[in-house]
Amino acid sequence: MESQNERNREIAKCPSGIGGLDEMTCGGLPRGRSTLVCGSAGSGKTLLAMEFIVRGARDFNEPGVFMAFEETEDDLTKNFSSLGFDLPDLVRRDKMVLDYVYIERSEIEEAGDYDLEGLFIRLGSAIDTIGAKRVAIDSLEAIFASLPNEAILRAELRRLFRWLKEKGVTAVITGEQGEKTLSRHGLEEYVSDCVIFLDHRLINQMATRRLRIVKYRGSSHRTNEYPTLIDEGGLSVLPISSLGLDYGVSKERISTGINQLDAMFGGLGYYRGSSVLVSGTAGTGKSSIAAAFSDAACRRGERCLYLAFEESPGQIIRNMASIGFDLDPWVSNKLLFFHAARPTVFGLEQHLVMIHNLTDKIRPAVVVMDPVTNLTSIGDTAEITSMLTRVIDYLKMQGITALFTSLTPGGSPTDEQTDVAISSLMDTWLLLRNAESCGSRKRLLQILKSRGMAHSSQVCEFELGDRGISLITAKNTGKRNFL
Amino acid sequence: MTTPTEENPETERWELRLYVAGQTVNSVKALDNLKKLCEKHMAGQYHIEVIDLILNPKLARGDQIIAVPTLVRKLPVPVRKIIGDLSNTERVLVGLDLRPRR
Repeated sequence: MESQNERNREIAKCPSGIGGLDEMTCGGLPRGRSTLVCGSAGSGKTLLAMEFIVRGARDFNEPGVFMAFEETEDDLTKNFSSLGFDLPDLVRRDKMVLDYVYIERSEIEEAGDYDLEGLFIRLGSAIDTIGAKRVAIDSLEAIFASLPNEAILRAELRRLFRWLKEKGVTAVITGEQGEKTLSRHGLEEYVSDCVIFLDHRLINQMATRRLRIVKYRGSSHRTNEYPTLIDEGGLSVLPISSLGLDYGVSKERISTGINQLDAMFGGLGYYRGSSVLVSGTAGTGKSSIAAAFSDAACRRGERCLYLAFEESPGQIIRNMASIGFDLDPWVSNKLLFFHAARPTVFGLEQHLVMIHNLTDKIRPAVVVMDPVTNLTSIGDTAEITSMLTRVIDYLKMQGITALFTSLTPGGSPTDEQTDVAISSLMDTWLLLRNAESCGSRKRLLQILKSRGMAHSSQVCEFELGDRGISLITAKNTGKRNFL
Repeated sequence: MTTPTEENPETERWELRLYVAGQTVNSVKALDNLKKLCEKHMAGQYHIEVIDLILNPKLARGDQIIAVPTLVRKLPVPVRKIIGDLSNTERVLVGLDLRPRR
């Protein structure tokens, strides 16, 4: 009973179904109230409003009315079919009403006093027809461009918000971002319960999306700006601060995919759920170590997510086949999932949301990011470190083992800034380098650190042959000292 | 409510539709103003249909009505819309193309 009272103190919530948003708002939008969503053109307002209606109808059995002022029913249907939203089907099943309101200023003459009762009746009739619990109006501000008398409009908008509340529907109203105000016509003045701001700006020529809850009366909520991603699954927000250092740790060990390397880790390999950094200059075999690790995971029947930031999946598969790793069958067996993306397709935080979403979808046991240093093209060391911290924390919470490759520029291999900055986040650090001796180039590998386990301190040579990777340790080279 | 008269070949038939929401001050005024205006400018050539959205809420969608009262000129084409209680006769005449637009 006490917990009931506890709950009553916070206002009732209406889950939006949008990934991350409900976490940010501690449960959803204020039920039975109106939420204003504002942002610039292209910031995702319509998407948020539509997802609220469609997910409500589909996942929460709450029918909804979508009143559009800017796009026709046909346009909306087409645009949202790419997200897998079948609007006509929802309309047919009385789960949704899609109403396009067309008002053209040049076709309307004003001659005396009027009110917007027509709009109320129209919306009310739509709500009553399907017993709607949710309403979205996108964008209400279009009305200011269409009807001349601002005094009447303001009085009527005030009445509209009161009326929506009386109707008991949960509403999302969108508004264009103003120059000094949140919305161009100051709608925030009428909507007092919840205001969400969507930001869409360029940082280092990179389109970056963020979402912020400006206010939420009567409820606790996250106040920071959170990275937001729009992809084929719709809108998702990533409230990262739920992550921390309180994940469980595993004593289980998993193979590196290379017998001799396992041997260097006491014969057992990496800890499950740990993070591994493989750094080295160009051509030292970082991707091969990553491929061996992915291959071993698939052999165990575990799923592997391979995030390729430099090469296409086809190229990786071909190259790895040349050193004896046949990755193709793992891809067909749905054990190995490649996701190739140029770092520059979007900002760091969007990458973070993408990794988050992919991990949620695929549920891999191991994740490979190859190479993380390519991200330097879109962020500085501090930003990358902060992003990787979030990735690592997230993966560790899920008990996922992660392997990151890092390209060090030529010269001294160990004092590259990015390496040093991210290495502190890593449990295990393998360093690869090239050495010239006796007129040929040799690949060398050493374990710089490996937290919580005995490991070899040897520098050993490794070879890439058509039957995989083999290590030559000082022990098995016998008397020959190869350095 | 009458057929076009034969002595004037230029006559047009006016199909007017007035959307209202119940018997409000604005809707009563609008119908009053409209009748007067029609009698003066298109006597014998017009037909007024009054639609009360409270009784027929679904009809609001067809003619894209959000403001009431709204007068819709269905004929002659093109369709014209005039919103308000029609107290500003000048604007109504402009809206109906009976006065040139400025």
